[in-house]
Amino acid sequence: MSAGKTDYKWVGTRTIRPDGHDKVTGRAKFGSDFTLSGMIHGRVLRSPHAHALIKSIDTSAAEALAGVKAVITSKDFKDQPSEMIPAGEAMVNYKDMTRNVMAREKVLYDGHALAAVAATTVEIAEAALELIKVDYQVLPHVIDVDEAMADNAPILHDDLVPVGMDAKGPTNIAKRVEFTLGEVAKGFEQADVIIERSYTTAAVHQGYIEPHAVVASVSEDGQAQIWCCTQGQFMVRTFVGQLLGMATSAIRVTPSEIGGGFGGKTVVYLEPLATLLSSKVGKPVKMIMSREEVFRASGPTSASTMTYKIGATKAGKITAVDATLRLLAGAFPGSPVQPAAMCAVAPYDIENVHIVGYDVVANRPKVAAYRAPGAPISAFGAESALDELAKELGIDPLKMRQLNAAKAGTKAAYGPTFRNIGYQETLDAAEAHDHYKAPLGPNQGRGVASGFWFNIGGESSATVNINEDGTAVVISGNPDIGGSRASLAMMAAEELGIDYNDVRPIIGDTASIGYNFLTGGSRVTFATGLAVIEAARDAVRQLCERAAKIWEVDAEGVIWDDGHAKPASSNVGEFDPLSLAQLAAQAAKTGGPICGHNAQNVQGAGPGFATHICDVEVDPETGHVAVLRYTSIQDVGRAIHPSYVEGQIQGGAAQGIGWALNEEYIYNAKGKLDNPGFLDYRIPVASDLPMIEAVMIEVPNDRHPYGVRGVGEVPLVPPMAAVANAIENATGVRMENLPMSPPRVLAALDAARLRQAAE
Amino acid sequence: MAKHHVAVSINGEPVEYLCSTRQTLLDVLRDELNLTGSKEGCASGDCGACSVMVDGRLVCSCLVMGAECDGKTIDTIEGMADGEKLHPLQQKFLEEAALQCGICTPGVLVAAKALLERNNNPTETQVRYWLAGNLCRCTGYDKIVRAVMMTAADMRGGA
Repeated sequence: MSAGKTDYKWVGTRTIRPDGHDKVTGRAKFGSDFTLSGMIHGRVLRSPHAHALIKSIDTSAAEALAGVKAVITSKDFKDQPSEMIPAGEAMVNYKDMTRNVMAREKVLYDGHALAAVAATTVEIAEAALELIKVDYQVLPHVIDVDEAMADNAPILHDDLVPVGMDAKGPTNIAKRVEFTLGEVAKGFEQADVIIERSYTTAAVHQGYIEPHAVVASVSEDGQAQIWCCTQGQFMVRTFVGQLLGMATSAIRVTPSEIGGGFGGKTVVYLEPLATLLSSKVGKPVKMIMSREEVFRASGPTSASTMTYKIGATKAGKITAVDATLRLLAGAFPGSPVQPAAMCAVAPYDIENVHIVGYDVVANRPKVAAYRAPGAPISAFGAESALDELAKELGIDPLKMRQLNAAKAGTKAAYGPTFRNIGYQETLDAAEAHDHYKAPLGPNQGRGVASGFWFNIGGESSATVNINEDGTAVVISGNPDIGGSRASLAMMAAEELGIDYNDVRPIIGDTASIGYNFLTGGSRVTFATGLAVIEAARDAVRQLCERAAKIWEVDAEGVIWDDGHAKPASSNVGEFDPLSLAQLAAQAAKTGGPICGHNAQNVQGAGPGFATHICDVEVDPETGHVAVLRYTSIQDVGRAIHPSYVEGQIQGGAAQGIGWALNEEYIYNAKGKLDNPGFLDYRIPVASDLPMIEAVMIEVPNDRHPYGVRGVGEVPLVPPMAAVANAIENATGVRMENLPMSPPRVLAALDAARLRQAAE
Repeated sequence: MAKHHVAVSINGEPVEYLCSTRQTLLDVLRDELNLTGSKEGCASGDCGACSVMVDGRLVCSCLVMGAECDGKTIDTIEGMADGEKLHPLQQKFLEEAALQCGICTPGVLVAAKALLERNNNPTETQVRYWLAGNLCRCTGYDKIVRAVMMTAADMRGGA
């Protein structure tokens, strides 16, 4: 494959997205917009306790209420074996999954589902929930990660056997991971300066504006149709089939438009419940989460505590990193501690690295993926510590990163040796950017930080059908969460040599296209895009064969150029080029429909690197931090649709600023979530943010025909440290705990002022 | 309990509906009238995804009861385009990629249109504060704010 071609007609342009008109007119159908005739409504009973034994559930009064059609509890789900099954980026354990969608022996967090009702109206379903009598034995609970790891902690799962370590007795530690490169002890001996710091990050929610929603309809012959907002219709099919014991062929899942996901819609919550209720009732069942349910019961990302020890020479060369990361998984094992550990110092060429990570359960909702899962957490610690080290050494923080930057050939601590990567380029662009040299006023400061994410490929299928009028339909299987239809159609238009507006991209349901791994890992434009490119090339091969047939020459004698079949050379013969439309019109006579197809497990994802520059102003009276200017520089490989690449970069930075300054799950003493709404869980609003300048560096991925790298996740990795480093630069005060909300910043400023006064 | 009979104008058309006492205007639009362009993100007035105009005033339709709308004029995202011609804001949002997932887009467009009808030359700060009640988790607001300001400039130029 060559990534050298640059004279593209569509790739790199800013086309109008194919689904755009429907989305600016209100026509687009999102999860809760779907209805079926005869549909009834389901609601979920959720635990008011953080941790309790379920002694009994009496649903008889609810079942007797007029209008109630079915009530389900965990008794209606068969139990599942405890085994870890690979599911794309993560591992799943169906024993845990069935308990998360419907509590079995215990409720393990405030909001944990333990019964569901289907009734003719939402009002009746909600009234029925009040009639369900649950006898709880409330148990001691634990919310905090370090407390959950302590010897005397309340234990969530008596049978939990930790992976990667021995346990003396019952434990909340589900897994220990360890990555070692070189010898850290030797590395610290070479260091002139060593710093050791601890950091914490709060659990934050993905914060998609669209709550989870599903309509399920199971007919009398056991065939199920599911319409839902999800990042992966095939994932829903697999999980519902497993949890309900249904054959994959009996389940057809159609993804609606999706109102944000960011990783949070890579799991199932309502889908198995609605499907089971529908099968019991024989009617379509619709279920929608309230915003409160979204916060209490769908996956946030991990809270964490971390320690970092970093040593460097006077010249600024990092000699060793030793870190311990403790990430909360929520009620069931499965925090992103492994990628957190792998990404922690991946941007750097360091000889001696030792990172230990712990996956810890506590009485909170089970975490779900959130944009570069784990990496923003570990990067907050690493990039904050690196900044302190640079300050200690008197080296400019960008220079410090340049001195240690990973390049092609660098062996990463997590295993692989990098091929062509663009980290150094992001640093050089940051140094050259006028933002980095702009003057700062009083109480203002500037911080920089970098980030890394692997990006993934994965199973991808696509079909390119050539229509009889010379247009084309591209069928793929990934919900379009931010413009991927446009990028897929642009690449297909490029390959076919036809107008972008003549390519219609369609997202198939699970029965109309081959398996596609879900929309995640920044994979769609890269991996599904590759399947689309190969499918288009398959169609082009067929088009060339048809031309050869018409001209009565060998197919090898026909080439495809700018949307036309042409003789490869004058030796083949003198023929006028045949356009795609001309060949399509004759398809019936030359062999039938022309349908290109490709299915593969795509490898060769190019890692993503980013460097962010952030200016803040800190109000010394209130501790309020205003972000004044923000520049995100990222190696994007090749931007197929630059506007939507910029959008990913800007949106990730905004989420990171929210994580840095405001967002956190707040639990009260009883383990109940105190802020399950957008008023008290405050995501950034328009007036909180400045413009976010996205600078795209294009170091093409040599394993993709157009050089595409994933772009969607790495933008969330640097911001928290970039903001913390800017606050330190403005005030001299180092914030080690997220969020850096006004009360916390004010307390830190006050403490520093007291120290100064005492000196 | 008996339902309320309510007569309103929606996007210029007379509409009658029956609603229960507890149904909000958003519930009525979505569940009774199948106008699902207005979205429910929170049902508490915090996200703005359900923004509509009631008698020329920008409101969260999740905070208005269906029963209190009798005689009122309601404008929703479904009425924003003029037949096949998009409103300039809608067109600019497409050209400037001012949407990613699109769930907040109807509410943002309704709110932005209300702003431009009051102030055809807003500053960036005015746009940001006007839209502070419309949460967007995808875009970081950059392209939204730019698209609104560019539309305002176009509309001023064309007037």
